[in-house]
Amino acid sequence: MLSSQIKSNEIVFGSCNKDLLEEIICYGIGLGADFVELFIENTDNSSVLAEEDFITSVSPSFGRGAGIRIFKGKKDGFVSTNDLTKHGLMRSVSQAIEMLDITDNKREVFNGLNKHRDYSLSKKKWINEVPSIHEISEKLLVSTKSLKKNNKVITRKGSYARNLQEVIIASSDGTYVSDIRLHQTVGLNVIASDAQYRSSGSRRFGSSGMPNEFRLWDHEKAANDVFESSMNMLYADYVDAGQMPVVLANKFGGVIFHEACGHLLETTQIERGTTPFENKLNEKIAHESVTAIDEGISEGSFGSLSVDDEGMEPEKSVLIKDGILKKFISDRAGELRTGHKRTGSGRRQNYSFAAASRMRNTYIAKGEHSKEDLINSISDGLYCKSMGGGSVGATGQFNFAVEEGYLIKNGKLTSPVKGATLIGEAKEVMPKISMCGNDLELAPGFCGSISGSVNVTVGQPHIKVDSITVGGR
Amino acid sequence: MNSIEITTQITKAADSLNLKKWDYGASFSNDYSVQVDKGEAKQLKASQKQILTIRVWNQSNLVGITTTSDISESGIKKALKQANTASDFGNKNETTEFSPLAKDPIKVKEVKKRNPVGIKNLLTLLRRAEVKLIESHESIKSVPYNGLSESFFERVYANSDGAFRSYSKSQAALYLYARAEEKNKKPRSSGSVKLGYGADDIDIESCIKEASNKTISHLNYSSIKTDKYLICFSPESFLTIINAFSSMFNARSIIDGVSLSNKNSIGEKLSTEALNIYDDGLHEKNISSTPFDGEGTPTKRLCLINRGRIENFIHSESTARIFKTTPTGHAGLGSKVSVSPDWMVVERSEENFDLKTSLDHSTYEGEFVYIEELNAIHAGVRASQGSFSLPFDGWLYNNGKKISIESATVAGDIKYLLKNIVNIESSQEVTTSGISPHIWVDELSITGDA
Repeated sequence: MLSSQIKSNEIVFGSCNKDLLEEIICYGIGLGADFVELFIENTDNSSVLAEEDFITSVSPSFGRGAGIRIFKGKKDGFVSTNDLTKHGLMRSVSQAIEMLDITDNKREVFNGLNKHRDYSLSKKKWINEVPSIHEISEKLLVSTKSLKKNNKVITRKGSYARNLQEVIIASSDGTYVSDIRLHQTVGLNVIASDAQYRSSGSRRFGSSGMPNEFRLWDHEKAANDVFESSMNMLYADYVDAGQMPVVLANKFGGVIFHEACGHLLETTQIERGTTPFENKLNEKIAHESVTAIDEGISEGSFGSLSVDDEGMEPEKSVLIKDGILKKFISDRAGELRTGHKRTGSGRRQNYSFAAASRMRNTYIAKGEHSKEDLINSISDGLYCKSMGGGSVGATGQFNFAVEEGYLIKNGKLTSPVKGATLIGEAKEVMPKISMCGNDLELAPGFCGSISGSVNVTVGQPHIKVDSITVGGR
Repeated sequence: MNSIEITTQITKAADSLNLKKWDYGASFSNDYSVQVDKGEAKQLKASQKQILTIRVWNQSNLVGITTTSDISESGIKKALKQANTASDFGNKNETTEFSPLAKDPIKVKEVKKRNPVGIKNLLTLLRRAEVKLIESHESIKSVPYNGLSESFFERVYANSDGAFRSYSKSQAALYLYARAEEKNKKPRSSGSVKLGYGADDIDIESCIKEASNKTISHLNYSSIKTDKYLICFSPESFLTIINAFSSMFNARSIIDGVSLSNKNSIGEKLSTEALNIYDDGLHEKNISSTPFDGEGTPTKRLCLINRGRIENFIHSESTARIFKTTPTGHAGLGSKVSVSPDWMVVERSEENFDLKTSLDHSTYEGEFVYIEELNAIHAGVRASQGSFSLPFDGWLYNNGKKISIESATVAGDIKYLLKNIVNIESSQEVTTSGISPHIWVDELSITGDA
């Protein structure tokens, strides 16, 4: 008797919480909410840092919390709390209701939760299958040792992070879902120096739902790649600024599409009135060579999910087909406020954020050209082999740092150049992507936006942009 | 549990696990925020957060750490156990100790306690502000990015040696970013941010006025020709660039090999003798000030550049020990303790004879680029290499007339920038990240579309 009382008064992960969840949702509906959603989370994370030939940081963390979202009409109130008791959750529901100032007598009907969809069943063993701190430390140290290939390398770092997130999602439309998500990421960084010259190189690798992936990671190949990049850039001159054609490499080159165009296809941007594509559905917004996709289903990719943070299975969304805008990325609030159907893209960093429409694995589809075709077509331009970060301003202007760049002269790659920044606007650049390569590859990354930092994949084949502003000196 | 109960609980749990040496940092907060969309409430948000970070020293004096939001009796015990396990992997090459200053007296600014005004009042204030901003000019069509928030939080540091510090404060923030549209022109956007100890302290009118004026001032825009220009950095943009390269003054970055400075850089001349830079977390204008850092070291004013030369580095306990000095109150608690600046104060020193004082942003009639705000810092700054290439909002001035610059970047090298400071205006302005006058720099590269 005592045991069941305890269970019914607090969320317990790994147990059936249906009665308690229904009671809380019922309470919110009874107070006048149109819609009640509970997102409850339990996390178990760890990270390891290797510097030079030593482990310098091991940081485990764990936590739990709940995000409660109440809709009334198109307004929503969101409350987050660490208190997972019945009392704590009900207090949060009351707070959200109070914030919305609900005064009408209209009451929605809540028919109870649907059958539990438990995506976590085959994943409970993951925590025992991921590499131990010992194993991670040993591999990171071997990796940082591999970076020391000559005495110009002055700083070597390897980092690993593992996030295990157990979630329960329940809402007044009957959604009742549990899942376990596992993300692992590993990065290598070097700084090289020779007299007044300095360069750096970095690469990040990541996976979702694959506990064994870190063991399979080819650290030697990764170290060679990072080392070569830093050496190639060590004596590079600064690029001359100007307008020129560029070829963007595959993998992380896709960050430009993600930032410059992908964000503008999220319904949050329609809600704000900040996307130039709002009324362009079924119109041409890009060169006919461009087909772009956002999906959450590629096995093991960093942005893949079994179910989104609103309890919907992710779909494969063709955003742009042969240059024509076909779809927006939508979440529950997006559907409510803009009319675009949900795409299984409601995502959040953790329980303290309300879900929003966010990208998952986003990429430009492969074309028919080889990388050489693209480079050969340019007499004077820039090859961006590795991209750094970037951002998009409130009016759609974007800028991206080129981490590793080479001049293209008469169809050939020539000298390395540093300090380049690509600047433009999606609306103007998308029609200028005139050639897509046949070598689509994806790369993991973190995307920060309205609902926090989420794991994503960016990607593309090599692409050619006919003309773009390159910032330099 | 309150902070005293948590300390008692940790002491008890540590004793039961035979852990002799530990410290912890914790924060507890209640946050409330609102966003509006054309007069309607868009999202109303409240959160209660608690975060506890515990460090444990094992018998070999190696440190392990754990962070958790579960501040229950069982959560605390689990955190101590995890930290103890993690201590097996503690850094043998750089030991960590308690700060020798963790029990020194701290200076706490006297600030009147603010009470929450509540979500409904926040919403009313923000709705009015949005309407007023849209009505301020016919071209302003929306305020797509807006928010008004208030936070009430407590920070705690305690250790097994008897140190205990606790500090409570409140803070409110308002941001308004307007979007202006005119026929056959690109949309333009700009905004303003204001902070206060409470929502009632925020100067909403000046935030509306500033957001409106800035946005309107960008309506008349043009591309700029790629070239080298005389630049005037606004106080905000100069502080942005100094903060982006603060690794020059950061002992942690120096030890890690990611700073442009080295252990022997104290005294190195970086700039004109007219330049002084301080880090002053306790400055009376710093709304975000905290009286102690993550290791419990008191916050203090520290001179970083004195008459153009590096005067001090910022330190944690361990970096100070390595540099044979004392901690400066800039540590962030972590398995590897981080070091970061608090609040920069830039000023003109008395040694200002070499400055071109005729360069004044409000009166100078020659050609120059005024950089109002630098963007995309995370993408365009290579702190370890000293280079930057950053998009900015600003104007091209010529003959006393100004035109907003469309889509341009400024690029250069921080050491070159500091060496080429040609004027430091006399009057300082308070920003959210510090205080600075306008700073003039000769010959920086601007890339534009023209």
